Amino acid sequence: MNPPSDLAIHATGLTKHFGGTHAVDNLELAIPKGCVYGFLGPNGAGKTTTVRMLATLLRPDAGTASVLGLDTVRQAESVRERIALTGQFAALDQDLTGAENLTVAARLLGYRPRAARIRAAELLSGFGLDDAAPRQVKTYSGGMRRRLDIAASLVATPEVLFLDEPTTGLDPASRNQVWATIRALANAGTTVLLTTQYLAEADELASRVAVIDHGHLIAEGSPGELRAAGGTGRLRLRLADAERRPDAAELLHRLLGGSGSGSGSGSVEAAGSDPADVTVAVADAARATEAIAELSRGGIALTGFSLDQPSLEEVFLALTTTAAPAAAAS
Amino acid sequence: MTLTPTADTPNATQPAPRPLATILAAQRPPRPTAWAACRVFAWRALLKIRHVPEQLSDVIAVPIIFTLLFTYLFGGALAGSTHRYLQTLLPGTLVMAVLLATMYTGINLNTDHAAGVYDRFRTLPIWRPAPIIGALLGDTARYLLASALVVGLGLALGFRPHGGAVGVGIGVALVVAFALALSWVFCWLGLVLRTPNAVTNLAFLVLFPLTMASNTFVDPHTLPGWLRAVVDANPVSHLVAATRDAMAGTASGTQVGAVLLTALATIAVFAPLTMHAYNRKS
Ligand SMILES: Nc1ncnc2c1ncn2[C@@H]1O[C@H](COP(=O)(O)OP(=O)(O)O)[C@@H](O)[C@H]1O
Ligand SMILES: [Mg+2]
Repeated sequence: MNPPSDLAIHATGLTKHFGGTHAVDNLELAIPKGCVYGFLGPNGAGKTTTVRMLATLLRPDAGTASVLGLDTVRQAESVRERIALTGQFAALDQDLTGAENLTVAARLLGYRPRAARIRAAELLSGFGLDDAAPRQVKTYSGGMRRRLDIAASLVATPEVLFLDEPTTGLDPASRNQVWATIRALANAGTTVLLTTQYLAEADELASRVAVIDHGHLIAEGSPGELRAAGGTGRLRLRLADAERRPDAAELLHRLLGGSGSGSGSGSVEAAGSDPADVTVAVADAARATEAIAELSRGGIALTGFSLDQPSLEEVFLALTTTAAPAAAAS
Repeated sequence: MTLTPTADTPNATQPAPRPLATILAAQRPPRPTAWAACRVFAWRALLKIRHVPEQLSDVIAVPIIFTLLFTYLFGGALAGSTHRYLQTLLPGTLVMAVLLATMYTGINLNTDHAAGVYDRFRTLPIWRPAPIIGALLGDTARYLLASALVVGLGLALGFRPHGGAVGVGIGVALVVAFALALSWVFCWLGLVLRTPNAVTNLAFLVLFPLTMASNTFVDPHTLPGWLRAVVDANPVSHLVAATRDAMAGTASGTQVGAVLLTALATIAVFAPLTMHAYNRKS
């Protein structure tokens, strides 16, 4: 597809074993420049190991990887001039203040002492950490640490940024700020490799997504293609009158359960704690809106509805149980 | 794709981003020289001391306790008078106090690695040994502080070196040079051992025989033959003798050269081992 010169990251046969654990197994990646690329997988899938190999921290057991056309082992030094990594766990000095952490990072990138302090102050303000700047990092909340850690990776704007689960465990406000930062970087031309356990996050930010499990790439494509491969989402309805639940369930099953709608589509989940709620699997968003319209024509009033995309677990189940997923890697 | 008419999507509630333009750097400065990077790491070590002054307790308390304890405990028994004993003991106390402080190099390195701090440094385009050399520069400040305490306390108690300020200076320089060489051993151990505790345990196993089975406290002539052979072969004995003689103003060039050669040989072996472990650490 893309000629290698257009690729920010290119891995072929990338492999890393820890004892008997195949942490990363024969991984192929081709990530174009300038995009936000989602790297999706559950705990222990091999995301961190892959990122550490790409960021020159870990030597592959087999295979090769290049970043911006530079080999991550033979040309590690040149790769390091153009990347930055925010690891899964904050790489900060707990005893130093936020300002000192960033100043150390800036000076290690070649900033003169005064320029380093100015750059640190600029970043602290950009990340809403002015007030915390003179405090030791050990007094910071999880969200503040994560922001500072990302700021430390952006002292010099990298051409490729690795973010390993940057929003896991964050409060919504911090998460939104991280998302806004990722968008701003992508707009400025930085390629972002973002690992996450959440399909919703990849959906929000990434233009392409790879799904990894047990060190294997199991799918690659746009978030939409993945959802299609992952099959069904869920339509949740809230009925004005709980008495009408059997009618609604019957109608939905008939409307959404037709052939070619994907596995399980149209099956209505058993009543939960709230008898006014109906949840039904749905493969196609367009048909969900039809179903909603049909319900009101049938005189079944709704007080609310939502269409949830399939969860990561559902996508996984679909991808790992289907022999040949629609968006499988070439 | 969430069609939720009731709740806002995260997109809509997102605060107008703070001056996001400021997070983008104007341009990247040229990468620092090896020496500049080392200096930044030394500065970082000094910042840590400023924020956690307790970590100096080992280099402050141990030398003071050793000097007082050994002078008054052993002085009368071993040399007839504390004053006379102090003249030979003090250089030995100095060696022991500073060498015991070298293990913290390994413990700190191990702790920093466990905390993931070095992951950032290892993805920066800096001279690879800079974090370790910089930490050692910071340690030099600690060793000099410990030396100043021992010598100052000794002078107050009646230590009168015939070599004068120059002799004492040479003596301290020898001890610090030897300590820096030994620090590389602990850097290596700090990288290959799993926990700070393991480093501490092994450090005592190495340092106690090394400092005790020497001429620090007793004249080797009083020892049984086999032990005397061990003591004579111990590089710390040569360091103590050279430091003593330097402070007394009688050290020979050969003595000083031998100590420096031992230090260089230790570095020649353990610096590459350390860098290998540092590069391989995952
Ligand atoms: N240093 C290591 N030593 C041994 N096993 C490891 C090491 N790092 C990772 N693993 C194992 O490799 C697998 C992949 O881990 P990881 O890359 O951290 O996954 P993820 O980041 O997707 O959660 C896991 O089974 C993990 O236990
Ligand atoms: Mg991980």
